[in-house]
Amino acid sequence: MFQHDRLSNEITLFQKIKNLDYILLISVILLSALSVFVMYSTDGGEILFHTKNHFVKLAVFFPLMIFVAFFNIKFWHNFSYIIYLIVILLLIYVSFFGIKSSGSQRWMDLYLFVLQPSELMKIAIIMCLAKYFHRIKIENVNSFTSITIVLSIIIIPVIFVIAQPDLGTSILIALSGLIILWLGGMKIKYFIYSFITFLISLPFIISFLKPYQKLRILTFLDPDRDPLGAGYQIIQSKIAIGSGGLNGKGFLKGTQSYLDFLPEKHTDFIFTLFSEEFGFIGSVGLLILYSIIIFRILRIGAISRSNFARLFCFGYAFAIFIYIVVNLSMVLGLLPIVGSPLPIMSYGGSSMLATMIGFGIVLSAKINHKQMIA
Amino acid sequence: MIKSNSGIRKTDVINRRMFIIGAAKVVVFVGIIARLFSLQINENKKYLTLSDKNRIREWKLPPTRGNIVDYFGNVIAGNLKVYQLHIIPEQVENFNYLLVRLKNLLNLSDKRIARINKLKAELKPWDSIIVSENLSWSQFVKINNYLYDLVGVKPVMTISRNYPFNDVYTHVLGYVSQPNEQEILENETIQERFVPGMKIGKLGLEKRLENHLIGTNAIQRYEVNAYGKRINQLEHQKGEQGSKIRLTVDTEIQKACGELLNEKAGSISVMDIYTGDIIAMYSSPSYNPNLFLFGISQDEWQLIRNNPLKPLINKTLSGLYSPGSTIKPIVALSALENKVIDTKFKVKCTGKMELYGQTFHCWKEKGHGWVSLKNAMKQSCDTYFYEVARLLGVDRLNITAEKFGLGKKVLGDYFDNEKKGLFPNTKWKKNNLGKGWVLGETLITGIGQGYIQSTPLQLCMMTAQIANGGYAIKPKIIVDSNPISYEDAKQSMESGLLFDTDSEELLDKKLFKNQKNIKIVQEAMFASTNERFGTSYKSRIDDPKYQFAGKTGTAQVKRISKRERELDLELEQIPYKDRDHALYVAYGPYVNPRYALSIIVEHGGSGSKAAAPIAKKLFKLIIDRHDLRNKQSNFERITV
Repeated sequence: MFQHDRLSNEITLFQKIKNLDYILLISVILLSALSVFVMYSTDGGEILFHTKNHFVKLAVFFPLMIFVAFFNIKFWHNFSYIIYLIVILLLIYVSFFGIKSSGSQRWMDLYLFVLQPSELMKIAIIMCLAKYFHRIKIENVNSFTSITIVLSIIIIPVIFVIAQPDLGTSILIALSGLIILWLGGMKIKYFIYSFITFLISLPFIISFLKPYQKLRILTFLDPDRDPLGAGYQIIQSKIAIGSGGLNGKGFLKGTQSYLDFLPEKHTDFIFTLFSEEFGFIGSVGLLILYSIIIFRILRIGAISRSNFARLFCFGYAFAIFIYIVVNLSMVLGLLPIVGSPLPIMSYGGSSMLATMIGFGIVLSAKINHKQMIA
Repeated sequence: MIKSNSGIRKTDVINRRMFIIGAAKVVVFVGIIARLFSLQINENKKYLTLSDKNRIREWKLPPTRGNIVDYFGNVIAGNLKVYQLHIIPEQVENFNYLLVRLKNLLNLSDKRIARINKLKAELKPWDSIIVSENLSWSQFVKINNYLYDLVGVKPVMTISRNYPFNDVYTHVLGYVSQPNEQEILENETIQERFVPGMKIGKLGLEKRLENHLIGTNAIQRYEVNAYGKRINQLEHQKGEQGSKIRLTVDTEIQKACGELLNEKAGSISVMDIYTGDIIAMYSSPSYNPNLFLFGISQDEWQLIRNNPLKPLINKTLSGLYSPGSTIKPIVALSALENKVIDTKFKVKCTGKMELYGQTFHCWKEKGHGWVSLKNAMKQSCDTYFYEVARLLGVDRLNITAEKFGLGKKVLGDYFDNEKKGLFPNTKWKKNNLGKGWVLGETLITGIGQGYIQSTPLQLCMMTAQIANGGYAIKPKIIVDSNPISYEDAKQSMESGLLFDTDSEELLDKKLFKNQKNIKIVQEAMFASTNERFGTSYKSRIDDPKYQFAGKTGTAQVKRISKRERELDLELEQIPYKDRDHALYVAYGPYVNPRYALSIIVEHGGSGSKAAAPIAKKLFKLIIDRHDLRNKQSNFERITV
């Protein structure tokens, strides 16, 4: 066993490159290229602020992903708790000294770019819980101590993020955490009981929501109650997607976005613009590209020897899936509007940084899939 | 071993649970694709429509009004290209500098500048502000020369109403101007087609025929962004110009009327005695309707409003006058028809007539001696008509007068300012003044004074109906879609029937019991103009082609006191306001008559001196234009 460890430590750079998952890599490159073109369209067919910045971020974070991949998966296992703690500290820092913008305080200025620690937490919580379930004995998973610990790991960052306030991200963090509990072997009945409890306490939870959040739920239920106010975004989004039809209106020809009817078209509503210009065929194509990425990540998880790598890959694949589902359901009018970006496609540095780091760790797991972790 | 065992069990759990999640993922993705399918494929049409509704906005442009032409197709109310100056605020670099430049170039008033600033604050930055609605050509050239320095300024060419004959047709056509709120609300067509800057008819036929003249809006479709800013033009849908309206009037004659009444207050009406076509209808003084197009200036408005000759009143239709002696043909006719008198009936005129202690004077102090109908008419002997009226009674006179159109509107509801005048009878006095009729009132009614009030157009129609042999006509000013020809009208009339174009029926419109009586009256009127001692003998034309018959009238505007009668003042010695109105009604040519006219000169003095000479000048023109008019009966042959 020891010998094996040493063997895998001796993987050369050439082997590392050879062992990368090229299908995943090509899919990510395709998605990145697509995102630049779509960003170019949001700028009205010109290379302006958003296109430039998006491209620069890709140019920085893509090499970063490869850099992350070249670290042994064991390294990431070893530093998981520390990374989690660092991100918690960043969240605490942000809650006191963060930059305020449009009513919430969730950013910190790093001079080169503005970081949103809650986005990093989406990855950190998966790493932390993956390590925890990797190390714990299967018999102890459902012990009181264990449950208390894992719930604390989830609840602490969620509380900080809700306080920012950022309901969307906190839900995504919580869901990313819960999936690891599920994969790690927590009893199904606990999930069922909590779900029932959640349903029962839903009216109670709603009473705690801020007025604008309640409005979002009401708007979701009936967008036409205030078509020029709260319902405007979702109505315009549906019009854009619906008017795209089978083939779409054509690249740079989406009237809804070109004429500024679409709000937040760079970020959360980027899919709307894409779908308007490329239609049903383009949208399904994008979903297939995402599915390939998710499938490759699951496959890497499945061939990994260590449960840490396996849990991380499965958890991360689920997280990506959830990001996509929440974002698309939102723009398609299937869920109330919660701020959640579409991975890689949406404009936003922190989200892309977190996504690329995630891919990097997955690729690291691929390169070192034979690596056992004690 | 245990450890590795546990590890394997853990891996199994993870894998199994991953598969459950994986299956769930597939289901969710399929769900999302189904939603995409439903939006993009099933409901595509609905959302495409909504998307177009978002981005496409229509702008209505002011419609182009239909032309109004005279009988010969000359445009009397048309449209003209005008040059306007617009500012588009968002394109202006320095708004104040621009205003200073424009103020110097166009001599704008401070008030105007303040108004522009106010508009700028109210409008969106991409909406254009109209600085000047009607630039002169020299101003337009000036602006174009300095355009490099006037960023954000746009010279625009547009279409505006125009009256090429200026004041000639003002009282017939009225004018157009910007509508007020009430006018928009009252008329559904205006409401539907209204756009800012549009002008509507305010008066006359422009108002009455609004719905025919208005035209349809041109529509421009623009792609707009979410803030309503126009991005580019998609389509331009042309509007349809309003209907062309052809009037029965003759501009040459109308113009001549204006010249003849120059600097006088009064009215001239000319009518076709068979078709009822109004050939001319001029009220003097007139004013220029073009002044109202772009908002009349306060000074010009005051000048029109305060003119003592009252240009704002359409005297032809709303001016009420005592007909004076011009009523005498009707009095004579009524007496003949009721067999009260015959041609041999004579009255001795001594210059006055006593009745119950009251003296009724003839205009000729010395009296006319023994006069018969013909002589009485010729010399306009008042005593004769006092006596005839006394024998006839006001009620029988009233019946004849109303038959011939007095006391009724001539053009119906075409002009809302037309008055119906008054021809009194005993019942009317009882009902309206609460007093019984006095015989003295019958006497003065017999010479067209007292309660009796008529419009110049009524007198013209009355004369026309005597001239055509006593048949009812329906005066009109607009040419019908199938105009009846002069000959047909004449023929159907002489067969005792009148073709009513409205009901498309032949109607019996005989106004007489015995046509001989009409002939007697016609002869008396002929004598009045063409025989020695006739009141309008001096204004006669001997050439039978132009020879006309007529009757003068002099309407007192105040009671003449005994002293004034003794003084026998010259016209110039009497204050303007107290001078008599001069009237004249006539028809011609005497053989085969064609046209009737009425002339009134307010405070002009006697009818024979002030009104009849005008008829002499006018008749030659009217008869000369007759052949031309006859050739113009077919509308389609006219090119405008």
